[in-house]
Amino acid sequence: MKASSIELRNLSKRYGNVAAIHDISFTVAAGTLLTLLGPSGCGKTTTLRLIAGLEPPSSGTVLIGGVDVTQTPASERDVSMVFQSYALFPHMNVIENVGYGLSVAQIPKAQVHDKAHAALAAVGLTGFDARLPSELSGGQQQRVAVARALVLEPSVLLFDEPLSNLDARLRRQMREDIRDLQRRLSLTVVYVTHDQAEAMAVSDRIIVMNQATIAQQGSPRELYEHPHDIFVAAFMGDANRVRGTLRRVDERMGELEIGPLSLEIEHRGLPQGTVDVAIRPEAVEIGAPNGKGLPGTVRKATYVGGMMEYTIATELGELFVVNLAVDRPLAPGSVVSLTLAAHGVVPIATS
Amino acid sequence: MIRKYGAIALWLCVGAAGFLIVPWYALPGSVLSLDWLRDFATGDSAPAIVQAWRYGRTWLLPIGALLAAGCTLLAPRFDRSLLAHALLALGGIGFLYTLAQGFLIGSQAASLQGLATGGQQGMGLGATLALTSFAMLFAVGLAGRGYFGGDAFIAGSVVAIVASTAIFTLFPVLRIMVSAFDDANGLISIAAFLDRLLQQKVWGLGCLTGAARCGVAWNTLILALLTAGGTTTLGLAFALLVTRTRFRFKKLLRALAILPIITPPFVIGLGLILLFGRSGLVNHGLEWAFGIEPSRWLYGLPGLLLAQWLSFTPIAFLVLIGVVEAVSPSMEEAAQTLRASRWRTFIDVSLPLMRPGLANAFLIGFIESISDFGNPIVLGGNFSVLATEVFFSVVGAQLDQGRAAALGILLLAFALAAFFAQRVVLGRRDYTALSGKGDSGLPAPLPEPARKLCYALAMPWIVLTVTLYAMTFLGSFVEQWGRNYAPTLNHYARAFGVEIGPQGGLIWVGSAWNSLWTTVKLSALAAPLTAALGLLTAYILTRQRFRGRTALEFGTMLSFAIPGTVIGVSYILAFNVPPIEMTGTALILIACNVFRNMPVGVRAGMASMAQIDASLDEASATLGAGRFTTLRRIVLPLLKPAVAAALVYSFVRAATTVSAIVFLVSAEYEWATTYIINRVTNGDYGVAIAYSTVLIVLMLVAIWLIHSAIGERRLGRRDGVVRMGMAELGPAA
Repeated sequence: MKASSIELRNLSKRYGNVAAIHDISFTVAAGTLLTLLGPSGCGKTTTLRLIAGLEPPSSGTVLIGGVDVTQTPASERDVSMVFQSYALFPHMNVIENVGYGLSVAQIPKAQVHDKAHAALAAVGLTGFDARLPSELSGGQQQRVAVARALVLEPSVLLFDEPLSNLDARLRRQMREDIRDLQRRLSLTVVYVTHDQAEAMAVSDRIIVMNQATIAQQGSPRELYEHPHDIFVAAFMGDANRVRGTLRRVDERMGELEIGPLSLEIEHRGLPQGTVDVAIRPEAVEIGAPNGKGLPGTVRKATYVGGMMEYTIATELGELFVVNLAVDRPLAPGSVVSLTLAAHGVVPIATS
Repeated sequence: MIRKYGAIALWLCVGAAGFLIVPWYALPGSVLSLDWLRDFATGDSAPAIVQAWRYGRTWLLPIGALLAAGCTLLAPRFDRSLLAHALLALGGIGFLYTLAQGFLIGSQAASLQGLATGGQQGMGLGATLALTSFAMLFAVGLAGRGYFGGDAFIAGSVVAIVASTAIFTLFPVLRIMVSAFDDANGLISIAAFLDRLLQQKVWGLGCLTGAARCGVAWNTLILALLTAGGTTTLGLAFALLVTRTRFRFKKLLRALAILPIITPPFVIGLGLILLFGRSGLVNHGLEWAFGIEPSRWLYGLPGLLLAQWLSFTPIAFLVLIGVVEAVSPSMEEAAQTLRASRWRTFIDVSLPLMRPGLANAFLIGFIESISDFGNPIVLGGNFSVLATEVFFSVVGAQLDQGRAAALGILLLAFALAAFFAQRVVLGRRDYTALSGKGDSGLPAPLPEPARKLCYALAMPWIVLTVTLYAMTFLGSFVEQWGRNYAPTLNHYARAFGVEIGPQGGLIWVGSAWNSLWTTVKLSALAAPLTAALGLLTAYILTRQRFRGRTALEFGTMLSFAIPGTVIGVSYILAFNVPPIEMTGTALILIACNVFRNMPVGVRAGMASMAQIDASLDEASATLGAGRFTTLRRIVLPLLKPAVAAALVYSFVRAATTVSAIVFLVSAEYEWATTYIINRVTNGDYGVAIAYSTVLIVLMLVAIWLIHSAIGERRLGRRDGVVRMGMAELGPAA
């Protein structure tokens, strides 16, 4: 395969007066997997469709492998796409579906057959040739859709929420398979999802989108641990939002005061004074009431299997907390004292 | 870009062939007979270049010059946008100039003094090719400017659809307007129009006082309102019986509902004459038993009303069955859990949910009634309606085209008013809970009084319909209905007799063969054209976003509301003189059927396309397939049911149509239905009903043939929507 890089330059798409995406620029390095993550309506699918050539942009440029393809129709771009609905042709059986792209390219029949078989084997779906899509399970349909896209050996492969129609268990399996495939064949992949956990599991890099623009991009770890703003912090997992005061100590470290608590953290260039703070639920440690920590009262306690979920009322407001001590659950009404682990507390400039 | 140059070259060649080789003007015989090759390039069969050079028709030269100019676009490496602009200009100017010279220079030499000596005939093959060439070059230019997603195939399709609809629907309708305003001296006059429109014969109210007959406009309206009210009530009763009760004859009811769609529109009228006419069974029976004088009550409003109720209830039924099924059972269950009784649930929840559907059924009944030609001409008697009055204005002793046009416009106004009302009603239809999710509840059974009422309404209709069809069938096998019931095959022999000639070989001596062959042949030619044009339009309307899309959709649907009589008159007026001279040919019969029935294909296609997810097209595109390949390999196979439906209905409607075709038939090209009507008006009922029977059987065979030829689409989806879409189309008029 000949993976290519993708570059978008100042891409915009308007429908009437509504901007679906506005002035988006980013690059995807060849052989990497980039995820577009965001809530519905943020423009992530539109971005994907513009890369595929299914719609023309209102302005801006799309480059694939360094070549400007902005005016090239979808059928002539070296790009394949796996659709959310899979879009398997219902009147063709599995092998015909997978071989369709090759037969359109007028490749000899025997060769079409061999290549289609190889692609089906790559997704672990041998022996289903004569089935119709309606006779397959959701996961199998998904694999056929991937095989159909792979068989053309595209330089770019696009996934539009490919797992949203599968149940939770299958989703985990499929996302691992997709990631394996991408690594093994070193494909350039752009992947769209609204599921933060899925994005973190499959991606080399993630672009979080919000309201038609890019909110932040980076590696999964960067986005989770160092979100630029509250939106990204909240979208990349649960976060309690409180106010705090930051004091600089030296070049790297600062002291963050949150109510009665105080902890040393990296200040990451934030100015002194009032800041927003995102506190991950797992960063809150629960202790016996002792007067030193942040006093609180348990309002709700929920057993969710591997851990406990608590809602705890404090002077900072209600905090959402997860705790692994399932053996010693706290009853609603219990009085506790809370402390914070530095890892999972992120200061953010006030907006 | 290579491909685009290919397209330009192709269409320039087509234009060049039209200008340089084939006859420019229409020939007396068919151009397909190739007689013109014998006296190639001389006289009437000369191509445009010879016409200009040897016969002094110099006004044709600019067309050639434009095509030659087009060739220069192929040679140099033009800038992309400059090329597109040039194509737009070339195609647009060429198309308009070719049309304009045709309209301005008629067959009389005097039309443009000095400039045009000799005049010219109607356009022929050459002119058609040139026009097509210009239109398609224009389309390539549009695609080059980025319209229609830059796709030349789509642009070409849209231009072709718009141009052909303009020529064969818009132009005739505009022409009829001009005729209606034409005064005796050939000038446009509003007074002449008003004079024709406001006559006592049109709007008179004499029937209220009993002094005279009412005007034809009132007759039409009264009949239409009564018919629509009746068919809606009956249709609702049938729909409720089929969906909400354990009615025993559900299958029979559904079968009977199909019959009027494949039956020529006057068969019900004929059956009624056999039953209730002066020498019908009932009158005979009454006279024999009680000595009651046979009455003529059937010929007029009562008979017409009965005939239209019988004919059009099935359409209301098919529309309303969808409406009743769309009422979500969960809403009725919700009402019942809120302690509403069955009756209250029905009145407060079910009926209001059906209200837009009922209004729609009423308006469809209204349009069917005013467009109906077959029943009024058979049963109308002295009760005249617009559809027949227009006909008699043209063919009768009056021969008043202006009056026909004026009445036609009035009829068109009624139909369009109903059409717009229907759009408004359907536009508000959102709340009928047509979610894609399966509703799992059980529909509430009908309250007892409603159930009884439905039975009381349905049973007489079923009995009467079965009797009528049975009688029509039997009537064709007896000597003379009402006088002599001896069994005979005479009628069939007279109509469809075949003898073996002296040299062997078959001689088709039956009097009906000519019209039957014409009907079958031309309908079979029209059907695939209708289906192709309709489905292509449907594909473009559902899959492409472009400016003017809604206007195009509206236009195709609008053309469907134009009553056949109006189309018939307008075709005579528009296509009787150059530049488009087609009356008396087979071509006009085909064109009339194609453009009248095209919306059938559009609706069938759109209903099916709505079921096919757009991501299938997109998947095909990302796999490297162009629009045309996608259409051929993905869309068309999935549209199989719609293709079959469109073929069947356009064939059946063409073969059984009366209202438009009756104006356009000639001695050479006679239609089955017009032949039957002529037999009826001559009192020759035997042959008429024998022929009708044959026609019904033939339609059943055709439906079966087309369905088995197309085959099933093998995937587990529901095709219900297609059936629904077809129901609203109704039978031919």
